Amino acid sequence: MNLHEYQSKALLARYGVPVPKGSVILSAADIDRAVKEVAGPVWVVKAQIHAGGRGKGGGVKVVKSADDAAKTAKQILGMNLVTHQTGPAGKEVHRVYVEQGADIAKELYFGVLLDRSTSRVTLMGSTEGGMDIEEVAAKTPEKIVRVGIDPVAGFQPFHARKLGFALGLSGDALKGAAKLFKGAYDAYMASDASLIEINPLAVTKQGQVIALDAKIVIDDNGLFRQPEIVAMRDETEENQAELRAQRASINYVKLDGNIGCLVNGAGLAMATMDLIKHSGGEPANFLDVGGGAPKERVVEAFNIILDDPNVKGILVNIFAGINRCDIIAEGVVAATQEVNMKVPLVVRLEGTNVEKGRQILKDSKLSIIAADGLADAAEKIVAATREHV
Amino acid sequence: MSILIDADTRVIVQGITGAQGTFHTEQGLAYGTQIVGGVTPGKGGTKHLGLPVFDTVAEAVEATGATATAIYVPPPFAADAVLEAIDAELELAVCITEGIPVLDMVRVRRALQGSGTRLIGPNTAGLITPGACKIGIMPGHIHMPGKVGIVSKSGTLTYEAVEQTTKAGLGQSTCVGIGGDPVNGSPFVDILELFLADPGTEAIIMIGEIGGSFEEEAAAFIRRSRIKKPMAGFIAGATAPPGKRMGHAGAIISGGAGTAEGKKEAMRSAGIAVADSLTNIGATLVNLLLGRFPPPRSARPRRRVN
Repeated sequence: MNLHEYQSKALLARYGVPVPKGSVILSAADIDRAVKEVAGPVWVVKAQIHAGGRGKGGGVKVVKSADDAAKTAKQILGMNLVTHQTGPAGKEVHRVYVEQGADIAKELYFGVLLDRSTSRVTLMGSTEGGMDIEEVAAKTPEKIVRVGIDPVAGFQPFHARKLGFALGLSGDALKGAAKLFKGAYDAYMASDASLIEINPLAVTKQGQVIALDAKIVIDDNGLFRQPEIVAMRDETEENQAELRAQRASINYVKLDGNIGCLVNGAGLAMATMDLIKHSGGEPANFLDVGGGAPKERVVEAFNIILDDPNVKGILVNIFAGINRCDIIAEGVVAATQEVNMKVPLVVRLEGTNVEKGRQILKDSKLSIIAADGLADAAEKIVAATREHV
Repeated sequence: MSILIDADTRVIVQGITGAQGTFHTEQGLAYGTQIVGGVTPGKGGTKHLGLPVFDTVAEAVEATGATATAIYVPPPFAADAVLEAIDAELELAVCITEGIPVLDMVRVRRALQGSGTRLIGPNTAGLITPGACKIGIMPGHIHMPGKVGIVSKSGTLTYEAVEQTTKAGLGQSTCVGIGGDPVNGSPFVDILELFLADPGTEAIIMIGEIGGSFEEEAAAFIRRSRIKKPMAGFIAGATAPPGKRMGHAGAIISGGAGTAEGKKEAMRSAGIAVADSLTNIGATLVNLLLGRFPPPRSARPRRRVN
């Protein structure tokens, strides 16, 4: 789950990370109050969407009067912002953050993340602040400093010194950075975060360090014990079909093709997409119906797939271990009857109770194309979809 | 021969009285696995499925002589269950649970260091030595005792490879699911090391997916290894969009790292025959064993028509 910048900053501030004074605008009525609260003399007006590249897309403006700040906030609120991460359709801006501008002397990069190769929470810093860290990692990997933290001993002052000195900090700036690093680490551990990114981390002309931007991603598996974080969720930023799937315990990711997939197991669901592409088709989605799926969940999965107007055919691919083919088959039959399916449907069943499952499909007298094995299933759905289009 | 488990392995089940624990204990017993007891705190002294239930793992180990545990405990309590298994000095802990917070696993991973416990999983279908011992949720009947060692991040993809190697008449020595989480107990390298040392394993299949670097590390390990065995591989997720989590918590391409193509290339450069489609993992290995390498493109390729 992603947090907005203003939410990330509020969370970090609670753990002692210095952030600029700011105020959020949720509707036009908030604008004057927010601009006044921030008080200038420089205002930064920022669109709050879950995508990077906001500045380049025109979603971040620096202004020097309260009037301009209010005018700019009005323009950004409700605008359709297109960045390299939103795709060409862009995203409508529902929230705007206004904050005080800072006197920047130096911009750094700072992040906290899980280093999967060491299985440790790791502080990451770079002198290349404000740049895309992935680009820095690709072009000048030597400019990235990593400091892994032992989960038992926890954060130690030397971790902060190691990173701070490597970033060329000294004196008050080093002390301030040490406090910021510790605060960000504490926020990470307490919130079940999977990523905290402060980019840029600014050193002001007065020698203070401050988080100019902030991004926090929370580990979905940790949400059950993070009620405060869950309350921050902005559902308008999420794909509605994906949200609906989540409520039904289905893993669904929308893609751009026209062949809907209903699969059990994340690995098999991914490989099924690959297989469709390999056979000359384009998958419309990733969908893992999960283990031990009841009939109702299978029906809901069909509904989600069919709500996508691009879908011109569906492939059901089940290798049942913890699932049972007969239950999946019942779901397929129920869904086909309920939703008045107009697109071709290919079903491949294998594993637990496979004979029962195949019998149920056969007895239903529905026009389901049975497949003999995986390769056959992929070829049949690609061919059937092509004819249907 | 096999790795990690065989017909003599004595297994307890943590969370034995829960729905998942009950169902898969029954399945395991039916397969012939020596399940000798279970643990559910507060239900010690009772019997479940004819097996003694204990309050703590230490008591269960003491009373039954078990060396392995299967963990079917819900995500909020699963890390605690693994840590208890480590504390009881079990040789093998298999954690089936999906959805454990990754920071819990960071602590578990640290606790494993220097302990005598090997953890398989979490978020795994488990492991099986066909005809001898099954710890996990895989359907037993598709397996056949044989000579291929299979290691995979994904349960259902393991089933596909099992079915293909069974149909090819090769069978499996042991199949191990390392799980789909970003932090786990045993990455590919650990299991490959065991397969290479096992005389009963004559060939190996490794099935990976996008995200992380376990596959690249495995490829580097295979390249360096002095023991060589014929090895085929497959990577799922070539068509996954970057930045999106594909079901498994670990399956995410970030910043251009962890892509399917990068992993395939690393594996190829280590001499692993990479199947170009899920449907020909078995065929790729068979071709390799027959000395036909590189394997042919998949059986019936189709041209893309728009």
